[in-house]
Amino acid sequence: MSDMEFTHTTHYQALGERKLAASRCKTCGRLYFPARPICPECHGNNMEAVELSGRGKLAAFSVIYIAPTAMIQAGYDRKNPYCAAVVNLEEGPSICAQLVGVDVAHPEAIKIGTPVTATFLTRGEGEAAKTFLGFQV
Amino acid sequence: MTKRKLGRGVAIVGAGMSKFGAFPGKSSRDLFVDAFQEMLASVDKGFDARDIEALFIGNFSSDLFEGQGHTAPIMADWVGLTPRPATRVEDACASGGVALRQGMLAIASGLYDIVLVGGIEKMTDLPIERVTDTLATAADALYEVPAGFTFPGLYASMATAYMSRYGANTDVFLKVGYKNHENGSLNDKAQFGQRIADIMEMRKKSAAKKGLPIPEWADEMAFLKDDRANPIIAWPMRLYDCSPVSDGAAAVILVSEELASRFTDRPLYVIGSGQASDGATHSRPTMTSLPSAKQAASIAYEMAGVRPADIQVVEVHDCFTVAEIIATEDLGFFEPGQGWRAVEEGQTARGGPRPINTSGGLKSKGHPVGASGVGQVLEIWKQLRGEAGARQLPGAPHLGLTHNVGGTGQTCTVHIFERR
Ligand SMILES: [Zn+2]
Repeated sequence: MSDMEFTHTTHYQALGERKLAASRCKTCGRLYFPARPICPECHGNNMEAVELSGRGKLAAFSVIYIAPTAMIQAGYDRKNPYCAAVVNLEEGPSICAQLVGVDVAHPEAIKIGTPVTATFLTRGEGEAAKTFLGFQV
Repeated sequence: MTKRKLGRGVAIVGAGMSKFGAFPGKSSRDLFVDAFQEMLASVDKGFDARDIEALFIGNFSSDLFEGQGHTAPIMADWVGLTPRPATRVEDACASGGVALRQGMLAIASGLYDIVLVGGIEKMTDLPIERVTDTLATAADALYEVPAGFTFPGLYASMATAYMSRYGANTDVFLKVGYKNHENGSLNDKAQFGQRIADIMEMRKKSAAKKGLPIPEWADEMAFLKDDRANPIIAWPMRLYDCSPVSDGAAAVILVSEELASRFTDRPLYVIGSGQASDGATHSRPTMTSLPSAKQAASIAYEMAGVRPADIQVVEVHDCFTVAEIIATEDLGFFEPGQGWRAVEEGQTARGGPRPINTSGGLKSKGHPVGASGVGQVLEIWKQLRGEAGARQLPGAPHLGLTHNVGGTGQTCTVHIFERR
């Protein structure tokens, strides 16, 4: 078993350092993002840490008008919608993240397959500030 | 996987539901009492509630919706069934379907002969933002929700992936909603039991009454494409693509096969049951199908010994219109990428060759989440017994199927029912 910790805490700590922290199974070679301690493929627990490039392609998206409380607090609402997306990273794994830099007024012009790169979004103020993964076109 | 069978046969001999809707002043227990009483009355040869040996109650989040946890014993108490074991089952919007399966397994195991399966949810007391937040607890709080995803947003993402992959346009989703409102208009239990044309008339009358300019739409599609009449919730999903926020309850009586004739000459046998789990939406090999639905369906079909083409009555989990299209493909009624064409061709309408959601579906009937999986069984019960009234399918159907999804497919159950 690896002596590395792979938890949501280490995931968000890495994002705070502007890094995408994945884990790779040393037994079967599968790559996981977010990083996880047990390989669902071979059930091995010998994982190594891998940093991802942050490059990927848009796999799915929505422009969200009715926002959850956390996004309302971040300044979004019906008049200021945002894009949430699923991005397929070039190393293989996919992940949910906010997509910035797209024209949310014209969602039909946003194309699946568009190359995107990771960006790091801070939500919350002072002590409560936290870095979230985002992507930009 | 080796072929699995139930230890013994299980039959449904009674079924009831409350009206689905928004009922200020009614709690989930009040709605459950309504469903329970209708269920008792539905048993052809009479039924003594004291014969019930155990209860399984599907409920997603009474804790957050009503400030009330530990709901199963409360339901048992309010219908006079304590001290029988009462167990709450939670798998998000699939709670009802999973409760049905747990009740079925309890009888198949031989431990009980007569079990009550219920589903309850009371959602309308909260303001809409808190409803959205509460539903979002069924998604992955660490890795889906922080992206800004809501449930409409996650399903809308499947819609954009589906459109891109298969060439569908946004109109087809609106047509699913239109169709389900047509069906729901014939269901007196439906929350929004109006055709889209009826809703347009209501809007016009309401504007006239308030002295506002009277809106004009060329037809139903024009209404459904109007940003004011049908606002975007999560593009491309609009208000009429989304199942509503609802209160409601449903209940069915399951008995061992050998006891069925004591209660009715027209029981429904549960001949197939499949359930599967899955990871977060982004972790799957596809965004245009729910792997858990395919898995649950394949297990259920194999157990029942039937093929998709044999099924005559189908209730699928249309929490969003895109979900209905994907469900019809996952269940094997249409090839991948053909479900949207089937909608365009009217194949899934009540008069079409493959009717889907004759009850009105979650869209029109309502979606009290923990009750929905049991509510679906009510439609199969009515259709297979020839009791569906104006929406009855012709040809005395004898095989029905329910498809109940939790989250974006982290849970799916599929059940197949037969009237012999
Ligand atoms: Zn491995």
